[in-house]
Amino acid sequence: MDKIIFGRFLPGNTYVHKMDPRAKLLFVFGFIVVVFLANNTITYSILIGITLFVMLLARIKPSFLINGLKPVVFLLIFTFLLHLFFTREGDLLWEWGILKIYEGGLRQGIYIAIRFAVLVIMTSFLTLTTSPIAITDAIEILLNPLKKIKVPVHELALMMSISLRFIPTLMDETDKIMKAQMARGSDLSTGPIKDRIKAVVPLLVPLFVSAFKRAEDLATAMEVRGYKGGEGRTRYRQLAWHSRDTLALVVLFALAGVLFYYRG
Amino acid sequence: MTEILALNHVTFAYPSEDPTPRNAVEDVSFSVNEGEWIAIVGHNGSGKSTIAKLMNGLLYPQQGDVRFMRDVLSDENLWDVRSQMGMVFQNPDNQFVGATVQDDVAFALENNGIPYEVMVERVHEALAQVKMEDFLDHEPHHLSGGQKQRVAIAGALALRPKLLILDEATSMLDPQGRMEVLQTVQQLRAETGLTVISITHDLEEAILADRLLFMNGGKKFATGTPNEIFALGDELIELGLDLPFAMKLSRLLKAEGVALNGQNMTEEELVNDLWTSNFNA
Repeated sequence: MDKIIFGRFLPGNTYVHKMDPRAKLLFVFGFIVVVFLANNTITYSILIGITLFVMLLARIKPSFLINGLKPVVFLLIFTFLLHLFFTREGDLLWEWGILKIYEGGLRQGIYIAIRFAVLVIMTSFLTLTTSPIAITDAIEILLNPLKKIKVPVHELALMMSISLRFIPTLMDETDKIMKAQMARGSDLSTGPIKDRIKAVVPLLVPLFVSAFKRAEDLATAMEVRGYKGGEGRTRYRQLAWHSRDTLALVVLFALAGVLFYYRG
Repeated sequence: MTEILALNHVTFAYPSEDPTPRNAVEDVSFSVNEGEWIAIVGHNGSGKSTIAKLMNGLLYPQQGDVRFMRDVLSDENLWDVRSQMGMVFQNPDNQFVGATVQDDVAFALENNGIPYEVMVERVHEALAQVKMEDFLDHEPHHLSGGQKQRVAIAGALALRPKLLILDEATSMLDPQGRMEVLQTVQQLRAETGLTVISITHDLEEAILADRLLFMNGGKKFATGTPNEIFALGDELIELGLDLPFAMKLSRLLKAEGVALNGQNMTEEELVNDLWTSNFNA
């Protein structure tokens, strides 16, 4: 579990941590688009440079990122090989039976692998440096205009924040139920897959029952505390846009310009 | 004395298939004055939780009415009444809405559209009142049950309510957590004169109240000071309610022929009575 970096948050006090979550969200989404502008060695080097720069700025250890990338390494290698063997451009480099590697294939394979890695790393920077609740707030505010076309933005954001709030509670609960079932002789960790899946059912049923009970209690508590929807609510968590946030977006536009200029 | 809350001949039955459903609450009347602490006691199924839901408009009575500050509770003034009535429930986890302590305390304020600057002030003030000001950014799963309930009390206090209702608020806590919560409530009453209604089956908690309302089978069985109610003795036991530990011990001692004088509701009273008992004889 320790190795998964998706959705993990490393509290800190760096430039990146202090950025407004809205700015980070916009930057990452912009970056995802901009990445596709790169198509030659110079532009891909610039992308790698930017990624390394953000890593230094956020003071995230490279070893931490490499560990975190392990779950996607398979996908990375797979896309690399796919492009390596199926792109038939340029000089023939190597041949063995029906397997042929062309120079263009090698190039394309490396590019795509870099693009993929850069995307994964950038998006993990977002979640590593921003608390989930701050991301929820940012999403709520950025999506606010959608209220005009009747998208329940406030409700969605509240659902998200409550789910986040209850993850540890339900984890504890699962742990308790697991121990209770193990104490009664249920075996969760050995035997064939089919038996193990069957053993999960007596875990899920009480978990769901209690989750529904919790939901009902929570709804009552919220109603008693005056919750009547998003109308007329004020916000306790305030977001503040600083010059560093504007700067980040300027950098993004500059990056897009540079990539556009150097792309082949 | 100003009357805060009153129930007038309230009767309520939950919807059921039964053609003659049993009333969960039957013809209950009582009133709570400003600054009082009233405990509603009774064993399971006595209707005390239903009373809690009737008091804040989660349920409406079929007969009779509920008045808050002399106004009959209805759909029109419901939200206004709720903003003046804080409520703490049984399960500490299931009423924690915010991601952190301060977010949770601010929840009711946000709902009532309080401006940001006022909110910050009120959140800090309310947390100081329950001695949780050092836990502003703590997440609920890092708090003990007693701490969570104190945060829930702070969340209720932040709106500066006229009335605090504790619906079995200590029943899921360990003895230490229970102590913390009860001390907080006592202290709040001493400092601010807050009106409190506690619904409980813990008699140690009930002793702290000024007045007890003893429910049985949906009806008001007896009402009076803790002294008067616990004087009922055997009658309470027959109705499935226990006596406080000190009282039980005192009764057993009396049965053994120890000359004890009083009711001895608390341990201290019993101790004092015991060491002076020889002089009585």
